[in-house]
Amino acid sequence: MKIQLKYFASVREALGRADEAVDLPDGIATLGDVRAWLRVRGGIWADTLAEGRALRMACNHVMTDAGTRVTEGCEVAFFPPVTGG
Amino acid sequence: MTVRVQTEDFDLSTEVAALRAQNPKVGAVACFVGTVRDLNEGSTVEAMELEHYPGMTEKSLETIVAATRKRWPGTEVLIVHRVGRLYPLDQIVLVATTSAHRGNAFASCEFVMDYLKTHAPFWKKEKTEQGERWVDARVTDDAALERWGLSSVNAEVKEP
Repeated sequence: MKIQLKYFASVREALGRADEAVDLPDGIATLGDVRAWLRVRGGIWADTLAEGRALRMACNHVMTDAGTRVTEGCEVAFFPPVTGG
Repeated sequence: MTVRVQTEDFDLSTEVAALRAQNPKVGAVACFVGTVRDLNEGSTVEAMELEHYPGMTEKSLETIVAATRKRWPGTEVLIVHRVGRLYPLDQIVLVATTSAHRGNAFASCEFVMDYLKTHAPFWKKEKTEQGERWVDARVTDDAALERWGLSSVNAEVKEP
């Protein structure tokens, strides 16, 4: 399944990229799965996306949680807690 | 347009005039303007960079406007949020709400800000004498939204 990934703010800086297109292997079904799959890259990926780190996520421009299922062509974003206003 | 994200500054009088134009039902306008402080958590702030998530930002602000109008029917809502590089004294955000009476205008204006602080995808990075740092989310902002009966876990370390 092909999806788009986006990273923002401190997460974008830590990972050194703002976006990428990925082809998910079978079995990666939820946003939480995607996060865990990206951690397998190791190094800064394992650190930045580690469980217990304050990380928020969105799917198709809606803030959501790790249990949300990914769909073909969806846009998934990972970012820190928001600080606007 | 009731929701705008822009780099340019805004003029409060012009925005309020446009919001209540041709609407004699309005008897109250409440406004909030957030500005850049020169001091945050003990450090002198020289400048600030505001990042956002184009596309999602507008959508989330429109969701906030819809939730506000549902809670206070008849209320008009304007949100203008700046992004990019800002300096102390600069305006960051404008929220204006209109209503027949002041109670709903005050309440809805505060509701919009509490919602925005915890749900709209903006991030502040400050430039201080110690270097650059991302601003931390505050648990008090989550508590502020919870007063309205909405849960918020933005500042929590654990996932929602």
